[in-house]
Amino acid sequence: MTALAKIQDRSPTKAGGQELEQYLTFMLQGEVFAIGILHIKEIIEYGKLTTVPMMPEFIRGVINLRGAVVPVVDLGSRFGRGRSEIDRRSCIVILELQAGGDTQVIGVVVDAVNEVLEIGDESITPPPAFGANIRTDFIQGMGRLEDGFVIILDVDNILSVEDLKTIGQVGELAG
Amino acid sequence: MSMAEALQTFFAEARGLLLEMEEALLKLEDEPGDQDALNAVFRAAHTIKGSAGLFGLDGIVAFTHTAESVLDLARDGKLPVDDRLTGLFLECRDHIERLLDLATADAGLDDETRDAGAALSERLATYLGASDGDKHLPEEAVSSVERIPGSASDDNVWHISLRFARDVLQNGMDPLSFIRYLATIGDVLHVTTLPDALPPAAEMNPELCYLGFEVRLRSDADKSRIENVFEFVREGSAIRILPPGSRIQDYQRLIEDLPEDNLRLGDLLVASGAVTRRELEEALSLQSGRQARGADDAALLGNVLVSEQVVQPEVVDAALNKQKEARSRQSQESKLLRVHADKLDSLINLVGELVIAGAGLGMLAAREKDAAMVEAVSGVARLVEEIRDGAMRLRMVEIGETFNRFRRVVRDVCKETGKDIELVINGADTELDKTVVDRIGDPLTHLVRNAVDHGIESSALRAERGKPAQGTVSLNACHESGGIVIEVADDGGGLNRDKILAKARSRGLIAEGQELADADVWNLIFEPGFSTADQVSNLSGRGVGMDVVKRSIEALRGTVEIESRAGRGSIFRIRLPLSLAIIDGFLMSVADGHFVVPLDMVLECVELNGKEAANGRDYIDLRGEVLPLLRLKDHFALEGPSSRRRNVVVVHWGGRKAGLVVDELKGELQAVIKPLGQLFSGLRGLSGSTILGSGEVALVLDVPMLLEQALLHESRQLNPLQTDRMARRNVGVPA
Repeated sequence: MTALAKIQDRSPTKAGGQELEQYLTFMLQGEVFAIGILHIKEIIEYGKLTTVPMMPEFIRGVINLRGAVVPVVDLGSRFGRGRSEIDRRSCIVILELQAGGDTQVIGVVVDAVNEVLEIGDESITPPPAFGANIRTDFIQGMGRLEDGFVIILDVDNILSVEDLKTIGQVGELAG
Repeated sequence: MSMAEALQTFFAEARGLLLEMEEALLKLEDEPGDQDALNAVFRAAHTIKGSAGLFGLDGIVAFTHTAESVLDLARDGKLPVDDRLTGLFLECRDHIERLLDLATADAGLDDETRDAGAALSERLATYLGASDGDKHLPEEAVSSVERIPGSASDDNVWHISLRFARDVLQNGMDPLSFIRYLATIGDVLHVTTLPDALPPAAEMNPELCYLGFEVRLRSDADKSRIENVFEFVREGSAIRILPPGSRIQDYQRLIEDLPEDNLRLGDLLVASGAVTRRELEEALSLQSGRQARGADDAALLGNVLVSEQVVQPEVVDAALNKQKEARSRQSQESKLLRVHADKLDSLINLVGELVIAGAGLGMLAAREKDAAMVEAVSGVARLVEEIRDGAMRLRMVEIGETFNRFRRVVRDVCKETGKDIELVINGADTELDKTVVDRIGDPLTHLVRNAVDHGIESSALRAERGKPAQGTVSLNACHESGGIVIEVADDGGGLNRDKILAKARSRGLIAEGQELADADVWNLIFEPGFSTADQVSNLSGRGVGMDVVKRSIEALRGTVEIESRAGRGSIFRIRLPLSLAIIDGFLMSVADGHFVVPLDMVLECVELNGKEAANGRDYIDLRGEVLPLLRLKDHFALEGPSSRRRNVVVVHWGGRKAGLVVDELKGELQAVIKPLGQLFSGLRGLSGSTILGSGEVALVLDVPMLLEQALLHESRQLNPLQTDRMARRNVGVPA
């Protein structure tokens, strides 16, 4: 947490009157990631998740979000790094995605949420061709902070329903 | 209401009217003399024209006006109603619908529509030209008033008292035109205008109609015909029609009922010759006398008539009954509400939440073991259940309207193919959820088209087979054990078993030399792309899109089965749940998860005893019957501890039985079905989810799909060479 608190101290000064976007940073398997705040509906504690059988590993299940049934995706296994361990800091970040005119609400499991910080457009560089250890189309950009880069995730691609569905169906056929 | 909203309302209403119009036109086609149907067509056209005018939709007004003029001629009997005319009007109706579509999309006229419109207008114009401008009725009517001023004979002279609704002008109706129209069914002897209701000029709204009219009409027409003249303005207007030779009491009652001052009105009646001065005085003295006495029974016209031995009591009774009937029908009409579907949906959602919250409360109360509390909660639960049922009923609509749509489909296909087919509809008043009704339309259209196009043979072939030349396609609906059954039946040639088999073999769906039960053969036509190639055979087309039909029905948690007999026809039987939103379910747990099955699928629950559980076989002996088992834990590959005592939930579906092995039985619950979302759309065996009182999400099992899947899985494992689908039918033992 202390390292992240530092980031927060410096980031707002960097932009200097430029267009600033806000991002939520969170921990996932020891690494820091960011998601544009406009996608985020809310953050809730991890708990009371119902497993849906016969779904691929990265779909952990569904939760009851005030009467709505919301699917929850495990980002770790979506990135091919294996499921996240659940501990008491685990959270579910509820995202709202626009897909073909519909609003899709999906939760993602993260190890811990850190903070909201602002990153100016000029501080965001395109993703490296390789080396990030994540599919490049999952990366929206690399946010340059004073002590390094943070991967800004492209949630539309990561949680593209079409994509997830296809994987789900392949899984079903194989099973 | 803003203009945009009003416009939406207009579109919705106009579409409703077009539906009515179509229905009436099809009826007219069957019975060309049906005056009611003709009036309905006219009324629909007229109302659409009027409303479209309000919104400045000039294209619709202009076209509909032409159509209306022709209809007017037909209504006056100046134009024979024949197939050609109704056919033309069906086309006109379609054109109006296209115009409406364009207006809804806020799009301009495309060339095709314009040309079609012009062509139709031209055809309409030929009718107008032929009948020699009888449109100048009004002038005639006026002159007839002058010609016969208050004829002496009182035979067949009706007295009509008119108080139009204030907003009659705003609705696009001119009172004058109705009076003029009266002249077409008789002679208007006298018209008195009553300006009594006119407010001072300063307060007067020029758009409102304040005038009342008293009309003397000599006509041979019957009362309903005269009434029909005022059909479009009946709502909100006070229209009284007194038959010829009405007794003094009738006039008296009229005088009492009308808002104007008694004496003033009386004078007018005398002036118009409806009553004599003597009668009036008598009436007024009777009236005041009765008021003085305060007697109630004297006030009843019927009693007066009987006591004066004018009519027999039976006649009065009959008349009164009829009157009551008419009144209750009218009040029923006025009790209908137009409610936006969204409002209803949000109400249903709230009720769903209420059910969930109620379940949570029930759990808490049970835990507290406070008897008074438990009782109070169960009282609330009962009310919630009633509210739930009531809310669900709001969504229920009769399937009749959907069925009636098919009259047109059948008619059109008949015209295309030159067949003579009658559509018989049974159980049109069967109710089911609006969502289901909306979504069953397309699959049904497909089945009906197929039945007409491919099911019913050509007349020649029918004659050869010794069947009546007219084919019959019937649509039946009825309720059956918590669901609805819809049948599309035809008395045609039936499915061709050999052809289907040959086709299936050539496509590799079944092995050579393999024999199948009839039901399995028929189910082959639901295979994707089946039989699309062989376009010339009787079989072709039956398969086109049948997989889509099956899928849409399954998406509604329904099933479809086929019954077919060569030469006798076939029946497509669709079973659907009544509602999609809330079901009575049976809750059970497997490992850590909760699952719900629709309660009406559950037959019984039995314990799985240790011996049977241990031997590794997936069937048990259920009172001498072999019951196949599906172990949910294994099937879903669920992790978690399973209890030592397990239970079997015996489910039945489509005439078959199977057992689901679960850990614990949790009992009945009201499940508010929440869709699992697009992400899980590829998931087979689960049809949705529901939220339990504890806040946990339980999954709703799609039993038919689950069993089919289990079978597929097993047959694949045991017999990799055999085609999967072959054994499908053997999923359960016959129930």
